[in-house]
Amino acid sequence: MFDLSGKSALVTGASGGIGGAIARALHTAGAQVALSGTRVEPLEALAGELGERAFVVPCSLADAEATAALPGQAEEAMGGLDILVNNAGLTRDQLAMRMKDEDWQQVLDINLTASFRLSRAVLRGMMKRRWGRIIGITSIVGVTGNPGQTNYAASKAGMIGYSKSLAGEVAARGITVNCIAPGFIETAMTDVLPEAQREKLLTSIPAQRLGRPEDIGTACVYLASEEAAYVTGQTLHVNGGMAMI
Amino acid sequence: MTMSDVAERVKKIVVEHLGVEEAKVTEDASFIDDLGADSLDTVELVMAFEEEFGCEIPDDAAEKIVTVKDAIAFIQENA
Repeated sequence: MFDLSGKSALVTGASGGIGGAIARALHTAGAQVALSGTRVEPLEALAGELGERAFVVPCSLADAEATAALPGQAEEAMGGLDILVNNAGLTRDQLAMRMKDEDWQQVLDINLTASFRLSRAVLRGMMKRRWGRIIGITSIVGVTGNPGQTNYAASKAGMIGYSKSLAGEVAARGITVNCIAPGFIETAMTDVLPEAQREKLLTSIPAQRLGRPEDIGTACVYLASEEAAYVTGQTLHVNGGMAMI
Repeated sequence: MTMSDVAERVKKIVVEHLGVEEAKVTEDASFIDDLGADSLDTVELVMAFEEEFGCEIPDDAAEKIVTVKDAIAFIQENA
């Protein structure tokens, strides 16, 4: 079950905690993986660790042209592109009253617009092959909202909206478009939380632990699999029961 | 490429992609109104024409390709 042998996947933000775990999980399931991100060093390190079937394709998603060219580079490296995981994202948290236009715009540009551009760019090949998986890593806050994150929540809710629309457009061509919405996951981002805040956080999670990056990787393998062919336009919440939606 | 050569190849692609009978693919046939294509089918047809004839069909030109005849004429002029 969930064998991705012969499939090729592009993962953005693969230098991060969740992105790295997604790439590892897809690779373990047999897929070739193209690792993208802005920092080459961690990408090279991950590719080295994975060994065969791993390629590094650096890209700045702030650059529209480079973003449009990325799927082509990944396809060239792997000889195909069947799975796109839009994982790259950033935060610029601030109360709405204090939020600068540039903080709003930058988050929307990278999290929402760049992921749409990548999704658009992979469609042609997927339509021809009559098979494709587009997976957007959104966030629980895209559905629930979170004070201090108007920009981030808007970008993540936006991903869910365009994924549903796109899912409807391409479902008849064997392409599924889904989102995964992680709750609180143990990464560099949550490591910096003070102990008291961490304790408080745990009381709101029925599973009584933070999620592991691997929890997201596994969800990704499922949505990328042949077995999930009939699942499209959905958001899979992986949050330990923190929000049951 | 002769006109009839282009027409033949265009019709063949239409038959294959839309799964319609050859007799229905007249030059005046509209992809959407007569041949049952949806909007995504028309995008795919344009992609198939681009590949078959090695040309690029820009979006604004693609929007004007409504009938089989439109496709033949565009390719004749641009490929």
